[in-house]
Amino acid sequence: MIILYLLLLFMIIAAIIAVETKDLLSSIICVGAIGTGGSLMFLMLRAPDIAITQIVVEVLGLIIMIRATISRDLTFITGDREFFGTVVSVVIIFVIFLAGMEVLETLPDFGTPIFAKVEGSPSQIYIENGLKDTGAANVIAGIILDYRGYDTLGEATVLFTSILGATVILRAKSRKLVEEPDK
Amino acid sequence: MEQEQQNSNTVQTGKISNGTKGMTVIVKTIASWVKVLIFLFGINIVLFGHLTPGGGFAGGVILASSYVLLMLAFGREFVEENLPLPLASKLDCLGAFMFALVAILGIVFGGSFFLNFLYQKYLPGQPLHLVSAGIIPLANIAIGLKVGASLFLITLMLSISCKGRECRFE
Repeated sequence: MIILYLLLLFMIIAAIIAVETKDLLSSIICVGAIGTGGSLMFLMLRAPDIAITQIVVEVLGLIIMIRATISRDLTFITGDREFFGTVVSVVIIFVIFLAGMEVLETLPDFGTPIFAKVEGSPSQIYIENGLKDTGAANVIAGIILDYRGYDTLGEATVLFTSILGATVILRAKSRKLVEEPDK
Repeated sequence: MEQEQQNSNTVQTGKISNGTKGMTVIVKTIASWVKVLIFLFGINIVLFGHLTPGGGFAGGVILASSYVLLMLAFGREFVEENLPLPLASKLDCLGAFMFALVAILGIVFGGSFFLNFLYQKYLPGQPLHLVSAGIIPLANIAIGLKVGASLFLITLMLSISCKGRECRFE
């Protein structure tokens, strides 16, 4: 349990450094450190599927971010922070923090399986009948592709559409000069 | 007329200046050995997604990252000859189409959308073997192909930087 608190402290410090530093490359590396801490935390909470996906997407997302920003020759963040926007965002974060602490006290203790107390709840049905209904030894793959396959279809559609939009915008020949005639 | 000629000379449709051509010899040698291992590991995670942790999404990202390693070590043109941009977008569409096809075959052979018709009717297989769980390996392969091609495409697109009128590839 103590390692979860240590990882949380690591992630908070990395997030503060990522926001406060002026060098763009350092802040991108700190975002990568946050993702690595999150992946270790998932591993400690016994969820290896999410840990694998988190660490791999984090690494590739770092490379894409560095590609997107460094090659534009814009490696330093300049300009001051405006006062009113900062005050409003701090107030909103504080209100959400207070509300979150209220909600957190009503949850049961960390580690108790809350759905095991209710008979016939979906998570108990998935764990007991997962191998029999779907045939997959990995219950998570059985859930996301057999019991809840429609959600996976929606996620694949979202990924497809976003890559389509990004490819159209970032084409090399998409810039046209004003004095060029229409072909 | 001179103005037109000058304009047609400054419109950079064919004039591309190469940026850096890749990294040093050590990085190129190691990358050419390691890329096959990364690709094979990605195929393992996609194909055994119904038995071990992983699945289509994580495996697809690993497949894309083997090509991104090549792109960082050897430069963009080397990878563009190997897997050109139209082929990558066709693979992307093929992955999405295969996923939708597997879902629609559930209506044809079973009764409802996305029914696991292979497991429940035709090919049950044995648990904990490769041939089991019906359409789940097929859907994992389709998603792995799709996610891998998508992320490769977006990294290829972001390596073109246009400043004003000149486009540089890096």
